Formats: sequence, structure tokens, C-alpha cells
Amino acid sequence: MPAGTLYRGREGMWSWVAHRVTGVLIFFFLFVHVLDTALVRVSPEAYDDVVATYKNPVVALLEYGLVAAILFHALNGLRVIAVDFWSKGPRYQKQMLWTAVGIWIVLMVGALYPVLGHAARQVFGS
Amino acid sequence: MSTNNTVAEETTAIGPVEGESLYDADFPAPLIEAPRKRTAKTPKSTRGNFEMAAWLFMRLSGVVLVVLVIGHLIIQLVLDGGVSKIGFAFVAGRWASPFWQVWDLLMLWLAMLHGGNGLRTVINDYAERATTRLWLKGLLYTATVFTILLGSLVIFTFDPNIR
Repeated sequence: MPAGTLYRGREGMWSWVAHRVTGVLIFFFLFVHVLDTALVRVSPEAYDDVVATYKNPVVALLEYGLVAAILFHALNGLRVIAVDFWSKGPRYQKQMLWTAVGIWIVLMVGALYPVLGHAARQVFGS
Repeated sequence: MSTNNTVAEETTAIGPVEGESLYDADFPAPLIEAPRKRTAKTPKSTRGNFEMAAWLFMRLSGVVLVVLVIGHLIIQLVLDGGVSKIGFAFVAGRWASPFWQVWDLLMLWLAMLHGGNGLRTVINDYAERATTRLWLKGLLYTATVFTILLGSLVIFTFDPNIR
């Protein structure tokens, strides 16, 4: 470990880094998302035009990334709550991280078809 | 206390602490207060409990947001053809129900405040100059208040027959 740093590496630090990065990304998306939804007060056409962007196959990949960020942030957030409020939480923080990562992988595989299916049909034809 | 106490002090090397107690029921030891004990004279803290409240809010809102946001993702991106079905008509159909209006309003407020507080922490951690922190947080609070108010206005004033 380099001298003069508080960063300790391993599961504890990297899950904290990932929690920060995903949190900031989600916040910026949320800002854009409220703005695009606000177009329903302009006209149905304006809203539908912008929502058409979300149906683009490339943007579908970004949506899959957004789902990945949200699911990780949610699962790791529940782990943080367990570490803070469950008396044995700090002792099992590593096991809880790998459990969260396991659930995350399962959910991400499950989200493949619903989130990317329409994009695959558009790109490869159906 | 024995009567020959003073004699013992003069004739042995054992001091009064190691020897017999100097105090008894009639002459109790003086009370020494614990260090940093809060008394009536302790000045009131001027800081309040804002950071603790913010910490607690992140956890409480986080649990609620897990339900609201994952429900939102399932409805918007998974059910009924996923993102393909979303359009003005779909939004109008959902906001016809007060249940989904309240769902979206609660999600908007909690997510913006949760994210706003998260970014406040990030700014405090990485912006080292006081003026940089001031400007970044000013920008953050402006954007957060604007987004919450705009989103609430859209939900409350939504008109399905706009055209």
C-alpha cells in the first residue's frame, strides 16, 4: 500500500468506488430523463420524437448500461445498509458484496432479451 | 477508620492511598466528573444534526427507491415489448391513474434528493478549494431544485388532450 493514502483496496474500497461512479452516472441520466419527459407538456410529437432516440439500437446499449448501473447501485446500496444496521454486517461485507455481484449477473443476463431484443431484431432483421 | 491512623502514617512507608481509606460515609470522597460530560454549562452545539439526518435519509430513501425504480424499469423496459411501446399515448394511459402519478412524483423527489445529496458528498470530497466547492454546489442545488419543480409541474399539469 502506498504511504499517505486512506485507500485500502480490495472489496471494500472498489465497491465504494463503483457505488460512487454508478451514482453520479445515474444522477446525470435522471436530469436528462426529467427534461425529456417534460416534453409531454410541449406536444405529443415533440415527446415521441425524443423517445424515438431511446429506441435506437446504439442507445439500447446505453440503456443496458444504465440498467447495469442502477442494479449494481441498488444491490450494493442494500449491502451498505446491512453493513451499517446489521450487527454482523461489517464482518460479512465481503460475502455480501459477492452475493450482490452474483445477483447482479443473474439479473443482467435476464435483462439481455427485454432490453436489447428489439435492437437485435432491428440490426439483424427478424 | 482506626484511631491510630496518624501514628501509622508517621511510622510506616505506606502512604494514605495504599493504606487505609481517607474517606468513609461521614467524609465521602469528592466527586470527579467524567471528562467532556455534558452539563448545564456546556455550550450548545451550533452545528446541529444535518449530516446525520442526511446519512439516514440516504438509507431510508435508498430502500424505497429500490422498489420504485426497479418497478419503473420493469414497466418501461421489460413488460409489453419494452421500450418500443413508450410514447405519448402510453404516458397518458399511466398518468390517468393517481396511483402512478404518486409513484412517479415520489420517485422524482426521492431520486433527485438522494442523487443531489450524493453529488454534494462527492463535491465535498474532491473539490479542494472553498470557492470551487461553493460554485459546484451552487450549480448542483440550482439544477436539483429546477428539475424537481419542473418534474412536479409536468406531473400535476399533464393534459392528455393537449392536441
